Amino acid sequence: MYKNVIRFVLKLLIMRISKYIIILLPLMLLVVISACNKLLPGAPDPGDTIAEPAEGLTPEQLVTFLAGDELFAKVYSPEQGLGPIFIQQSCEGCHVGDGKGHPFNMETRFGKYSGLVFDEMLDKGGPQLQQRSIAAYPSEQLPSDYTHKTGRIAPIVIGMGFLAALHDSTILNMADPYDADGDGISGRVNYVLPKEYFTPESIHIDSSGYYVGRFGKKAKEITLLDQIVFALKQDIGLTSDFDVEDIFNPQAGINSGDAVPDPEVSLDVVNNLVFYMRTLKTPTRRNEDDPDVLAGEQLFTQIGCANCHKPTLTTGPSEIEALSEKTIHPYTDLLLHDMGSALAFTTDGYPEIPEGSAQGSEWRTPPLWGLGLAQESQGGTGYYLHDGRATTLKETISYHATGEASNIASNFFALSEAKQDQIITFLNSL
Amino acid sequence: MLHLIVHKGMSKIKSLVFISLLILISSLSHAQSDSIKSDSTKKKLINRVDLSDSITINQDALYNRPFIGLGRTGTALGGYIEGNTNYFMEDGVTEGFSMELRRFNIFIFAALGKRVRILTELEFEHGTEEIALETAQIDYKLHEVLSFRAGILLPQIGMFNANHDSPKWDFVDRPLSSTMIIPSTLSEVGFGFFGKFYRSKWAFSYDAYLINGLQADIVLNEEGKTFIPAGKNEEMFGEDNNGLPMVNAKFSVSHSKAGELGLSYYGGVYNNFRVEGEQVDAKRNLSLFALDITTKVNKFKLQGEYVYALVDVPDDLEGLYGQKQWGGWIEINYTLLDKKIIFFDQSQLLFNIRMEKVDFNADKMNDPSGFVVETKLYDEITALSVGFSIRTSSSLVFKGVYQYHWIRDLLGNPAARKAGFQFGLATYF
Repeated sequence: MYKNVIRFVLKLLIMRISKYIIILLPLMLLVVISACNKLLPGAPDPGDTIAEPAEGLTPEQLVTFLAGDELFAKVYSPEQGLGPIFIQQSCEGCHVGDGKGHPFNMETRFGKYSGLVFDEMLDKGGPQLQQRSIAAYPSEQLPSDYTHKTGRIAPIVIGMGFLAALHDSTILNMADPYDADGDGISGRVNYVLPKEYFTPESIHIDSSGYYVGRFGKKAKEITLLDQIVFALKQDIGLTSDFDVEDIFNPQAGINSGDAVPDPEVSLDVVNNLVFYMRTLKTPTRRNEDDPDVLAGEQLFTQIGCANCHKPTLTTGPSEIEALSEKTIHPYTDLLLHDMGSALAFTTDGYPEIPEGSAQGSEWRTPPLWGLGLAQESQGGTGYYLHDGRATTLKETISYHATGEASNIASNFFALSEAKQDQIITFLNSL
Repeated sequence: MLHLIVHKGMSKIKSLVFISLLILISSLSHAQSDSIKSDSTKKKLINRVDLSDSITINQDALYNRPFIGLGRTGTALGGYIEGNTNYFMEDGVTEGFSMELRRFNIFIFAALGKRVRILTELEFEHGTEEIALETAQIDYKLHEVLSFRAGILLPQIGMFNANHDSPKWDFVDRPLSSTMIIPSTLSEVGFGFFGKFYRSKWAFSYDAYLINGLQADIVLNEEGKTFIPAGKNEEMFGEDNNGLPMVNAKFSVSHSKAGELGLSYYGGVYNNFRVEGEQVDAKRNLSLFALDITTKVNKFKLQGEYVYALVDVPDDLEGLYGQKQWGGWIEINYTLLDKKIIFFDQSQLLFNIRMEKVDFNADKMNDPSGFVVETKLYDEITALSVGFSIRTSSSLVFKGVYQYHWIRDLLGNPAARKAGFQFGLATYF
């Protein structure tokens, strides 16, 4: 009897449920979804992420940041202005995941001396080789008469907006061009003649029409806008309002550009990219409190690395509150240092090119923040220095053995193996 | 901004209306399919086109669908509809829950006498976002083992392209390699011959077509990698981009108990090597080789497809654009129940699992300075999907899927991980 009642009730229930199954089903799905969040891949540790916005951006600024993020990853086709000669089809093609580049995506620059003046060989396709081309158009070849050459891998782009927000005086105060303090280190500014579109901000100091360069391996660009306009054209073959003339292969003939009207990207595209680069966060430290990291940090300063790789700087005033007057830890002075013969030649023996007042052996102190993340964008193997010639950090330090940093490199190699490792551990935590 | 919000709000309302309609149509369709089981006007065309009752082969997939005959006109109508929900997360980032009405397709079949058959399929993707004439073919039967086909046809490359109707599959998403290397659904303008013959429990079939073929955007496209689907465009229905048709051929062998094995080829010159009659570039070839298998053992059904692509890429794009690609998938469907389930008569509950991989660049890299020599390139996706499906009749299927993707970039950096849940339904009508 009871069984029959239960059976009847269940049947009734099923019939009732059946009637409402269409309504219940989506509800059940939502319940399942919320319960199954654990099966979904979570966010990586903040220390392992790069392409994140700086803290404190307003919602409106975040929207612009995201627009820039999308453009940074956008792959350009020939119909959208790519080429006719190019190196990569997108910013991320070189800055993989916004991280440090890989020798596979190496840029090659070349030139020669004409008397005492360095000739970027613009009439022969300089200053940069574009080894790829759109269909039915020849790729560029190195001219036969170049004498100087360099390979460049892309830097990590994290924290660049904070470097852009440094006041010129902060950089100038670190300069010691004549080694007045006698420590063997004589960092100097690369003064650069600005592009015609340059508008000085309150952080810039005019020096007879020249300004402090701070971006690029030899600090030849004053602003991120300069860097982006150069990369759009020289790396992707995109013209913009700031440089409207299409890149072409002189070997194919002058005016042999692509068929896309110039400028190929709008002012908004450039502005969003600049904003994105400005508002990327600074790297998050990893294992900061590890005893080896702490010991390595002390040794780093003790042996003199911090003389050039300045740990702490403060940004100047910025219209973006998130960048304004912030204390940052980039481990750079953004100055040029003579690194001597070890870094004056390419691995195949060509003299490194000069850029502006920076000679072949002079290099801007690269920021070390994000160094420990390099391998995350380089396929698991580290490729360090401007052209990726060093695959370990110890090998990288060994390239400091000539020039201004020779004493510091000696100090490092005079340390016990364990202490050297502590410094390496510290560097990997940046 | 307000306008934007209102617009987005309207889109959501539209989506909800679409989904509601989908559910309604599905329910009606289910009710109809149950009620007209005895109606001889609704049957698969496979029964009208001289096929063996014992062996169903992939070549017949286009006709192996339910149609409703229109009296004695010789014309029949059919179609299918599919929709689903999505909830995905990639490395902790999600865009939340969304719904989509993927496809609403209508078939029209016409038989003109005993020898001529015309089949068309009109596809609406995501509402009216994309409307395409997916198939518009005329078949003329010359002999039992030889038929002529012309029009907009589905090349026989692998098993999926010509047999892709969602109600036939138990996962919401199509297999990766069947969409990212074999660009299903690939429709082509062309003509050719096909046929089949039987020996005891064996069936042998062949297809051979000349088609306009995929076009130049296989390289130098917005994907930034060799991406064969980018070679599809609307112009290929109007003219060949280079005046050299591509070739598609398939041979398959089936056994009534063992299943079917197919070998297929698709290829030819893909680039615009001449403009206005002037040769401006070298001829560059695309070749796709595919192997597909279908078998059924007791409650297990196993299907799989493997494709290998060779793409002739300009030297200066070496590395960036892969010259070799491959992909494949294996899907197993296990029937857990085969009886009345809740209020659906004679239904099947299936457990499904699919493993798949796509490698977009199976080449090796060399960097300009020689620091990196002959090192493996990646750019690949590995995926695992599991799920359940309920087939309430031969034409209606509810699907629940969980899938997990590992996505590695060209350099082989740590994989991005993407996973999510999908619930969908698809039905013929």
